Amino acid sequence: MNEELYANLAIFVLSLLVGFEVMSKIPATLQTPMMSGANAIHGVVVVGAFVIAAEADNMYFYILAFLAAFFAAVNVAGGYTVTDRMLGMFDRPTGGSKKDDKSGGEK
Amino acid sequence: MSLLETCASLIYLISAVCYVIGVHMMRSPKTAKNGNLLSGLGMIMAVVMILIEIIADGKISFPGWIALAAGLILGIGYGVIKARKVPMTDVPQLVSLFNAVGGGAAATIGIFDYTRLAAGSGLALAFSIPVFLDVVIGGTTFSGSLIATGKLSGHVPGKPIIFPGSKLLNGLVVIAIIVAAVMMIGFPTNIWYIVLGLVASLIFGLLMTLPIGGADMPVVVSLLNAFTGLAVSFAGFVINNQILIIAGALVGAAGTILTLQMAEAMNRSVANIIAGGFGGGDEASSGAATDVPANITETSADDVGLQLAYAHNVMIVPGYGLAAAQAQHEVAELAKLLTDHDINVDYAIHPVAGRMPGHMNVLLADVNVPYDQMKQLDEANSMFENTDVSLVIGANDVTNPLARESGNAISGMPILDVDKSKSIVVIKRSMSTGYAGVQNPLFSDDKTNMFFSDAKKGLQDIIASTKTYLS
Repeated sequence: MNEELYANLAIFVLSLLVGFEVMSKIPATLQTPMMSGANAIHGVVVVGAFVIAAEADNMYFYILAFLAAFFAAVNVAGGYTVTDRMLGMFDRPTGGSKKDDKSGGEK
Repeated sequence: MSLLETCASLIYLISAVCYVIGVHMMRSPKTAKNGNLLSGLGMIMAVVMILIEIIADGKISFPGWIALAAGLILGIGYGVIKARKVPMTDVPQLVSLFNAVGGGAAATIGIFDYTRLAAGSGLALAFSIPVFLDVVIGGTTFSGSLIATGKLSGHVPGKPIIFPGSKLLNGLVVIAIIVAAVMMIGFPTNIWYIVLGLVASLIFGLLMTLPIGGADMPVVVSLLNAFTGLAVSFAGFVINNQILIIAGALVGAAGTILTLQMAEAMNRSVANIIAGGFGGGDEASSGAATDVPANITETSADDVGLQLAYAHNVMIVPGYGLAAAQAQHEVAELAKLLTDHDINVDYAIHPVAGRMPGHMNVLLADVNVPYDQMKQLDEANSMFENTDVSLVIGANDVTNPLARESGNAISGMPILDVDKSKSIVVIKRSMSTGYAGVQNPLFSDDKTNMFFSDAKKGLQDIIASTKTYLS
């Protein structure tokens, strides 16, 4: 096993463990925004689209690079935008009562 | 390591930390928004860094720039416009669509590198194994998520689709994937095996999602989200980029836990859901009006208005029907009308009310329902005894007292104790059963009045009649 693969594998396994740990019980209220937020994070695949675009050298590869860039950009840009919109609704000043419930989510 | 490489590694490390802390902060309503912003900041750092890297490297050709820029501009434009314009009721299918393209991007990267490198001499296992996993998982989530999007938006029938020979076809597809795996890894110079793997995985995604009913779709979307995380992680192995490996694995693991929690909230196991065939999707709940049993009491908007106008404590129990009819504005208007006349109004929100866990809170927050009026399960259940009128709008299974008994599809599911309130009004289109396909004895309870109507139309009529009694 070469050193590079070993390093990547170690990073992979440890990141999985971090992922399991960081996601302990979360309130149902936040499950949909959380899913959307996690969805946005795998939009990091856009970095990969940059990498292959830099290597592309004929029409076939340009098309693939374009596709990867388009797909990944939709994922990352749309993902963060819609998550932010959803979460923005929780800390907006409340309409019905005038109570200044800054904390928003104690219950 | 050159200076640039060192900088890049450190920047990627910082952005990985941003994702982890961001996800951590998203677990609490207070910090969730900032958590998402922090994770977005990490993303911007990673993108700027890779941009600097490819500029400094200088290998990218002019058409390469065009392809990259065109893809990014079109993608960002499309994604942002979609995300800004989507009504909150349609968020689940949008998330699924974003998930599909994420999987598609990961698979495309795998195909790119494999076809580029396979032309040369043999590939190392360290490359061919992750590239296979990347393409197959990415392809599966791409087609599977598109079907999930279609089912949630109604373009694909929500009911489980099972056709003769689907088991056989499933078996063939799995064999094709295994053959593709062996050949891709054993004979990496022939690029056609990756095409076989891609096509088989696309069909596999379809076959996996089609038999699953619309009600279970949220759990499937979450599961496919975790899969995409893994596909992105393997894409990171393929191009030897650690930020992809870290962020992908993080989403893969966190998404798995989230999927299990969602399934638990819906009283279903992930294995059962994948086996499919449960529930009828949208069609079942909106289906033909079955015969109205003799022992139920029907009511009119006028009577409901009277009941509400003379109540002290009203509990609104919103369900899927409210989300489907997009009646959240009407419900908020009715609640405001009542609170303006000193009638206490609260909302009893079941964890899985709406399209997916937590979705109802988002819908109500969107129409400015105060957060302190939204009561979660336990708190709401302690309030029903003092509730004069429970107004159940398009909710069914989550109020079904049969869940307390054993031996039926919803046994053991936590429910809202609506039957403990002093009187109950149910707004529903027909007597048809909910997703679980179980009759609801609440509807024939002596205290219950049924108001058969579309949620939006029914609420408008109730608002009008309540106004006349309050003035």
